[in-house]
Amino acid sequence: MVGYLLRRIGMAVLVMFVALSVNFAIPRLMPGDPVEQQLAAVSAAGGQTGDMAEAAAAMRARLGLDRPLAVQYLAFLANSIRFDLGVSVASYPQPVAEIVLAGLPWTIGLLGTATLLSFVVGSLLGAMLAWPRAPKLLKFLALPVVVLSAVPYFILGIVLMALLGILWPVLPVAGGYPFGMVPNADFATALGIAKHGVLPGLSIVLASLGTWAVAMRGMVVGVLGEDYIMLAEAKGLSERRIFLAYGVRNALLPQFTQLALKLGLLVSGAILVEVIFAYPGIGYRLYVAIGQKDVFVVQGIVMLLSLSIALAMLLLDLIYPLIDPRVAARSA
Amino acid sequence: MRGRFGLLKREPLLAFGLALLLLLGLLAVLAPLIVDTSLAAIGAAPPRRPPSAAHWLGSDTQGRDVLASLLTATPRTLEIGLLAGLIGLAIGGALGLIAGWFRGPADAIIRTVCDVMMTIPAIAVLVLVGTSVRSMTVGLMALVVALLSWMVPARAIRAQVLSLRERSWIDVARLNGMSGPHIILAELLPNLAPYLAASFVIAVSTAMLATIGLEALGLGPQNELTLGMMIFWAQYSGAILRGMWWWWVPPVVALALIFIALLAISLGMDRLVNARLRSDA
Repeated sequence: MVGYLLRRIGMAVLVMFVALSVNFAIPRLMPGDPVEQQLAAVSAAGGQTGDMAEAAAAMRARLGLDRPLAVQYLAFLANSIRFDLGVSVASYPQPVAEIVLAGLPWTIGLLGTATLLSFVVGSLLGAMLAWPRAPKLLKFLALPVVVLSAVPYFILGIVLMALLGILWPVLPVAGGYPFGMVPNADFATALGIAKHGVLPGLSIVLASLGTWAVAMRGMVVGVLGEDYIMLAEAKGLSERRIFLAYGVRNALLPQFTQLALKLGLLVSGAILVEVIFAYPGIGYRLYVAIGQKDVFVVQGIVMLLSLSIALAMLLLDLIYPLIDPRVAARSA
Repeated sequence: MRGRFGLLKREPLLAFGLALLLLLGLLAVLAPLIVDTSLAAIGAAPPRRPPSAAHWLGSDTQGRDVLASLLTATPRTLEIGLLAGLIGLAIGGALGLIAGWFRGPADAIIRTVCDVMMTIPAIAVLVLVGTSVRSMTVGLMALVVALLSWMVPARAIRAQVLSLRERSWIDVARLNGMSGPHIILAELLPNLAPYLAASFVIAVSTAMLATIGLEALGLGPQNELTLGMMIFWAQYSGAILRGMWWWWVPPVVALALIFIALLAISLGMDRLVNARLRSDA
């Protein structure tokens, strides 16, 4: 058990370390000098007079780019651990961490709810599909669900927006809460927020249902062929009991592993859904920052994304032995 | 020995997916016969027009003919996906072979790198690269995406090699004095073919998803037309909210068809590989 925990934690630390290093390395590996680019932009706008070389040196010193690479790297790591990500260029001098953290609850709320919903409904649907006595209607339902799972989230988002937002305007298509509303801790605010979350959430749920259903169906079919199912049948247990307690329960375990593996894909998909619906989470802020060439905000969000996925995976790994005692027993 | 078409007849899903993809590719090749592709340039058509006899799918705000754009963008998108998938498969296949064949430290290193890379979201790395270069090109994008889509093939191939290398005919080859590389080339690779094919489809699908995501965020090649860029421009100009359906529906449908074709191929291939496993056992 201790070995399992140590391995998982070690892996998470390694992932975070690599993610930070990539974050540090890529902008420096790419051709082009950011300082010269910035100064060129300033002077082109007529804002720069005087000695350009001196200005460049001053800017390098200010950003710490004149120090040796190793020192820069250590400083970068230290700052990242303290979540000191610098200040935004576009909305100077607001700290990057503030912008990023403001988007976090929106993304976690939207993505968390949508993922949980599609995980539960998808697994249920998949299990039902594997049940020999499932109603015929389900089989017809399966095809569109599987087809939808092939389509990228945000493509589905565009279609839903056009159908339910424009053609038959029943739901809001942009933002996280009603325009011009001052968010309060009351029912109206909650309702507004929930309404704005429906379309983006629905895109994520509909587009990921199929993946869970297909995986779950395969698992249940496999489990139903096991010897202990036959034993349960021989004992004369009810069909429902066998299916739920013996079949579904055991098939559900690998689904959690899948959830951990798919986390990265889920988040990337959700980013684009946020962009389409101008939902004020991390993804939309990333899109805005890219448009404004706000390099530090982009880097901060990218870093947060990789770190939070590593953390979430670690969390799932830590929960896993509680659901599946075999993991704990095997490594004890 | 069954013919190739017998195989397709046995797996209608695979046949359907391949046919759909082929049709899309063919449409794109035949594009110059259907429409004047130079109309895909900015300002080639009167801007913001709904579909008409002259411009079957209307035009966008920049004055591109949408049909011409669509027929130029589709092959470009397929090309990026196939190219990135191919590079990803080559890297992943090679690393999977090395890890599965040599095991030991090489396997440990490759497996760890694989696990770490799978955790870091591809879109994060892509965004970093995209914001760091002055201008994105199709080639660079394909290369970066490929470098991020080799992990699934590497894992699948490694698992297969681990199981194949214990088979008796590999022992026979070894006892016959065949060298390691020779065994890999002559004995392993032919048996890996279906898994390589299945991994290729997954790699293409992953790569395409990543490029389109990057493009939709506005970091794609600004000067070239791909389906992702068409969607980006439509979204950027608010085509959906302005009711310019002729602008955003075509690329959305094209992308949906591509991904449905890839899913059908992948599901069909899966069934094929599993059927083979069953008959082997």
